[in-house]
Amino acid sequence: MPTKTVRWVDEPKVGLFERMYLPAIAQGLATTVRHIFKPQVRTEGYPEEEPNLPPNYRGVHRLNKDEQGRVRCVACYMCATACPAHCIDIVAAEAPPEWTDREKYPETFVIDELRCIYCGMCEEACPVDAIELTTLYDLTGLSREEMIFDKEKLLSVFDYTVQAGTDPVRTRGGHYGPAAEPAK
Amino acid sequence: MTDFDLTYTILLIVIAFAVIMGTVTYLTLAERKVSAWVQDRLGPNRVGPGGLLQPIVDGIKFFFKEDIIPKHVDRVFYFIAPGVGVATALLAFSIVPFGPSVPPPRPTAVTAEHPVEIAVAEHHSEMEAYRSARTYAIAPGLDIGILFAFALGSLVVYGIILGGWSSNSKYSLLGSLRSSAQIISYEIPLGMSVLGVFLFVGSVNLEKILDYQVHHGWFVLYQPLAFLLFMVSVFAECNRLPFDLPEAEQELVGGFHTEYGSMKLGLMLMVDYIHMITTSFFMAILFFGGWHFPGLTDIGGTAGLVIKFVALAFKVFVFLMLYLLIRWTIPRFKFDQLMGLAWQVLIPLAMVNLLCVMAVKEFGLSPWMLTATSVITFIAAAVIATRERSTVVSRLLHEPVAVA
Repeated sequence: MPTKTVRWVDEPKVGLFERMYLPAIAQGLATTVRHIFKPQVRTEGYPEEEPNLPPNYRGVHRLNKDEQGRVRCVACYMCATACPAHCIDIVAAEAPPEWTDREKYPETFVIDELRCIYCGMCEEACPVDAIELTTLYDLTGLSREEMIFDKEKLLSVFDYTVQAGTDPVRTRGGHYGPAAEPAK
Repeated sequence: MTDFDLTYTILLIVIAFAVIMGTVTYLTLAERKVSAWVQDRLGPNRVGPGGLLQPIVDGIKFFFKEDIIPKHVDRVFYFIAPGVGVATALLAFSIVPFGPSVPPPRPTAVTAEHPVEIAVAEHHSEMEAYRSARTYAIAPGLDIGILFAFALGSLVVYGIILGGWSSNSKYSLLGSLRSSAQIISYEIPLGMSVLGVFLFVGSVNLEKILDYQVHHGWFVLYQPLAFLLFMVSVFAECNRLPFDLPEAEQELVGGFHTEYGSMKLGLMLMVDYIHMITTSFFMAILFFGGWHFPGLTDIGGTAGLVIKFVALAFKVFVFLMLYLLIRWTIPRFKFDQLMGLAWQVLIPLAMVNLLCVMAVKEFGLSPWMLTATSVITFIAAAVIATRERSTVVSRLLHEPVAVA
């Protein structure tokens, strides 16, 4: 029979201090009492305390408007292509003639919020900073149809967040995509 | 014995019952809150301010839940078991003095200056004063005192055994078997540890023990080892961690109360807490002087009365908190370690303590000798336990081993 490498592991020695039990129990009690008066974790009292979300939190989408109140989206379909869940549905149309700096605009822009996985790929893909994910997390609805957001609803999310001052990180930080301010 | 006044006794029973039930319900909340704070979280704080209405809501839930009796249980014992547990636990509280007490008069000596007639008259007047003094225990002045409580404590285990047996389920049976073995084993060091106290006082009567401590100092100062043994035994009697194998939630589902629901379960859980309260009272009374606080309790009148109540309540509160804190400090004992602790450690220590007390009483030494002997005994026991024990593993260790 081949000899094996054997490594003996000794039992930890129980000294007098441990055998007396009482000093060790007193130490344990000190730890226990310390946790009562100095908790290491702060519990958040939801729903009285709303969570403090970072600005790049991926919540409900919004469609941005520029300074003139026009929708920024140029219906390039980059977000619909990038979306892994295929939840964005765009129908492009010719832009109104008075909008001289763009050729297309979205006639309908539908996002199924229940199919969305809130990954933010659409936000990353958009070259004109039209679609952003906001910090709205407590989204509820009473039917599946209610949760399919169309363009008006998404623009209303924009109005709401502008009013609440909870602009997502792109708008807040002033980082704009490559085509955000197109050449005049 | 003080005179028996029916209305006063019934009033005391009602008050004591109400206070115990209230304390039990809020002890459940305290347990949950303290457990939560120790674990860095908040306890129940939704119902009422800070969760204060939680026990009331829990009680209402217990009342309104459907009382299911499984088909496979032994009906008679299933019904009786919670009742037996609660009845004996509450009965054990009847001798506890929860307020100031007066000791019964000592025998009067007849000497030359103190002829028989005067001695008899004096004794009669003392007995009258004792009889008409107000006592704050439901059954005051019981001469067998604490033996009554110990006897009833042994009967509490019947509730557990009957509950486990009648439930007709493996988990419950194992839980109740473990519990009965544990409680019976720990009753011996429970009684033996307080024998030293009884020897000093010369009586088992709770009022006399309190009186002795008022005049001579608390027993925890003179017999700390006895207090330690009593505390450990009482933890085991109440099935509290580190001795809570019968209820080991992680192992036995629910132990002996697995098959119980709604009010029967409520009663079973109450037995645990009522026993905790009663034994906290005993710890405070036997070793910490009960209502006595040096200096403060010399004040007379209503203020003094209130101070005495508050002092006893404070001591009981401290012990209850200790019960709750120790639960989250020490891991649970294995069953053989539990039995070994009772029979191989606590009983010999209690016997040595008793020997020291007997020696001190016999030779008339100062009681402070006992403090010294307690500490020496404790450390000596620890030193003896630390010696190298020869086991199979250690014998193999000293043999040469082939290393590849």
